[in-house]
Amino acid sequence: MSYLVEMRGIEKRFPGVHALKSVQFNLRPGEVHALMGENGAGKSTLMKIMSGIYARDGGEMFVDGTPVAPDSPRAAQDLGIGIIHQELSLMNDLTAAQNVLIGREPRRSFGRLDEPELNRRAAEIFASLRLAMDPRTKVSTQTIARQQLIEIAKALSYNPRVLIMDEPTAALNDAEIAELFAVIAKLKADGVGIVYISHRMDEIKRIADRVTILRDGAYIDTLDAADTPLSKIIQLMVGREVTQSRATVPDLSQAPVALEVRGLSRGKDVRDVSFSVRKGEILGFAGLMGAGRTEVARIIFGADPRDAGEIRVGGYAVDILTPHAAVQAGIGYLSEDRKHFGLAVDMTVRANIAMANMAQFTSRTGVLDEGAMKRIAVDYISRLGIRTPSDMQAVRLLSGGNQQKVVIAKWLLRDCDVLIFDEPTRGIDVGAKSEIYALLEDLAAQGRAIIVISSELPEVMRLSHRIAVMCEGRLTGILPGGAQTTQEQIMELATRRDSALTVAEDA
Amino acid sequence: MTTTTANTPQTMLSRIIAAGTHQRVLAFASLVVLLIGFSIASPNFMQTSNMIAILQATSVNGVLAVAVTLVIITGGIDLSVGTMMTFCAVITGVVLTYAGMPLLLGVFAAIATGALCGSMSGTFVAKMKIPPFIATLGMMLILKGLSLVISGTRPIYFNDTPGFSLISRGSIIGDIFPAMPIPNGVLILFIVAGVTAYILNRTVLGRYCFALGSNEESVRLSGVNTDRWKIAIYALAGGIVGIAGLLIASRLNSAQPALGLGYELEAIAAVVIGGTSLSGGRGSILGSLIGALIMAVLTNGLRVLSVAQEWQTVVTGAIIILAVYADMMRRKGAS
Repeated sequence: MSYLVEMRGIEKRFPGVHALKSVQFNLRPGEVHALMGENGAGKSTLMKIMSGIYARDGGEMFVDGTPVAPDSPRAAQDLGIGIIHQELSLMNDLTAAQNVLIGREPRRSFGRLDEPELNRRAAEIFASLRLAMDPRTKVSTQTIARQQLIEIAKALSYNPRVLIMDEPTAALNDAEIAELFAVIAKLKADGVGIVYISHRMDEIKRIADRVTILRDGAYIDTLDAADTPLSKIIQLMVGREVTQSRATVPDLSQAPVALEVRGLSRGKDVRDVSFSVRKGEILGFAGLMGAGRTEVARIIFGADPRDAGEIRVGGYAVDILTPHAAVQAGIGYLSEDRKHFGLAVDMTVRANIAMANMAQFTSRTGVLDEGAMKRIAVDYISRLGIRTPSDMQAVRLLSGGNQQKVVIAKWLLRDCDVLIFDEPTRGIDVGAKSEIYALLEDLAAQGRAIIVISSELPEVMRLSHRIAVMCEGRLTGILPGGAQTTQEQIMELATRRDSALTVAEDA
Repeated sequence: MTTTTANTPQTMLSRIIAAGTHQRVLAFASLVVLLIGFSIASPNFMQTSNMIAILQATSVNGVLAVAVTLVIITGGIDLSVGTMMTFCAVITGVVLTYAGMPLLLGVFAAIATGALCGSMSGTFVAKMKIPPFIATLGMMLILKGLSLVISGTRPIYFNDTPGFSLISRGSIIGDIFPAMPIPNGVLILFIVAGVTAYILNRTVLGRYCFALGSNEESVRLSGVNTDRWKIAIYALAGGIVGIAGLLIASRLNSAQPALGLGYELEAIAAVVIGGTSLSGGRGSILGSLIGALIMAVLTNGLRVLSVAQEWQTVVTGAIIILAVYADMMRRKGAS
């Protein structure tokens, strides 16, 4: 059996992380090969090496049996390898056609663009996808799902022999997914090899021929999709942790309500959201990309204005219009983007922990009390188990998990009653994740109200005492935590679109 | 949304105008309001000679604004255009006055010098990954110094090349239509603006200007050689700065090596007033042209009303802040 692409002994290291440890992978023509593993298992890294975005630190790669080392996306495209990225990477100010054919614009003499030809070719590609899209539409005016389809059209326009799809369905509804699968079937028939990364188990059964599983950056196994039960795949993916993946829900019926939100609305992003969290409770927020979970958190934290809605903390209505007011009311928000919003990465651990609470360390003359800051920092380093050589280490030199702990320390110092964690374990490896989970459970046990927003269902189910699910800005339901709630129930709520409502509101 | 498809010259023109109309409407309206306001305030304002004076005063800043617009749309900034303009003028002086070369070679030297300087800035930004602000700040000082060194800090006059002053001050249009003595400098401004607008909207280079400013990483991942294009864009901007160098040297009939500093900020101000986003990805040449006109009208109008020069500067500063604020409000309302 000849392979279209074969990778052997692939190694990749990032500062502080051994991302890939001697990983192997191969792809046959005309097959869909699913690449499975938890977030941080190394799937995306492996595919970025295949598509020339990262350089490998070790190992070999062959295309049609010839050794290759694509060192740029261009070089990989020339080898026939295309990739659809997990994060949208479109140019919002350009039209659909201009995005699809970027870098390969039809030209006339002197570098003049042949715009009609550009639009015609893009229209052809859209038609082959049976996608109703005006090539002249500006990308920024399209929904996330339609932007995703433009991205797919862009990848297909290279006529790739190998197509890598990194979570292509994360933002799509059922009809759109069916459309995508039809396209995949057509590509398969044409002999294109497809690498498919997805967290949706049902999809693997529907379209994959083979499955390769990675865990913690290591190769685990390659199996026939048809002969392997899903439970086996999941077991290989998560390894040892499979049994203890559900939260034990404490009885909180007597606990006072810490935060209550009524009728929160903001344009189309957040529509009439109401919920409450009790002291000691962990409320998980599940939903697809763009469901409005982060938007809800940002409104509660006063980072974005709201059109309507009431926020009550500890039973009293509070008027939160700025993050400052939210912190005064005892609400802390840990952004999903630590590096941009949570940390001053070039400053020390000590300075970062003290950052949100400078008044505590400032004398009347405005001089900082370094001694007190050091004591507090050292205290939190030991309490949270932050692995750092000293409190004077620059935060950027810490691993993702330890950076997250520094952010948590910062907010603990403010003594917030309500803590909102947005994607608390994004970009953190599996070992550090369980430490963060333990920390969150600890905080809840101390009587704090915890809100966890996560796109990883296992994480939501592992942590939450109750699970709030959002879809297109609406809260579609709140499920109990623990063993009785299944992934399918959550997904059902996460995709419960209300087309009638959308039409009514748009009119 | 514009959905015209035909490609006849008329619809193309109307499409180019329509494509960004809503973006520039504010700036254009302000310009009209200023013109009406000043002509009511003073009967001397709306006279042909004064209008031509305004246009003439716009020409250098306008050409510089066109150059900077290209760089700003990529998400960059060019602080070196003022002293680069002077440097190009000095080199032209060397070629024409010191070496006694023919006029055409002097014109070529100015544009080539600008393009070379621009490609150097572009190389610093693209290859050495120096932030545009710093790279062009360095270029600004380097070129200022070199202008003084080469000229021995003395102006270079173009008395031996009689045709040179006609580049800016002659009037081809006036020769044909004596009723409209529009100076060549103004004609050159409109030609430069027209050609650059065409490049920006109709060519690959222009497309990559917007694409780079919109999402550079994405362009790179699409397999485009972003470094090369960035250098090309800075070089084109440099070449246009060379034309500005010709205009100012021709108008003064000399290359003044001490001149230049401050012009870059005026040009950036015109671009910003014209609605081009400093974060890149959005902008237009027409907008920058209107921006440059607004600044010239303000200066001229306030002078006609005998407002002290010092106050004109204050007003210009206030206008910049107002223009950007109005633009942000409009964007917020639209989204």
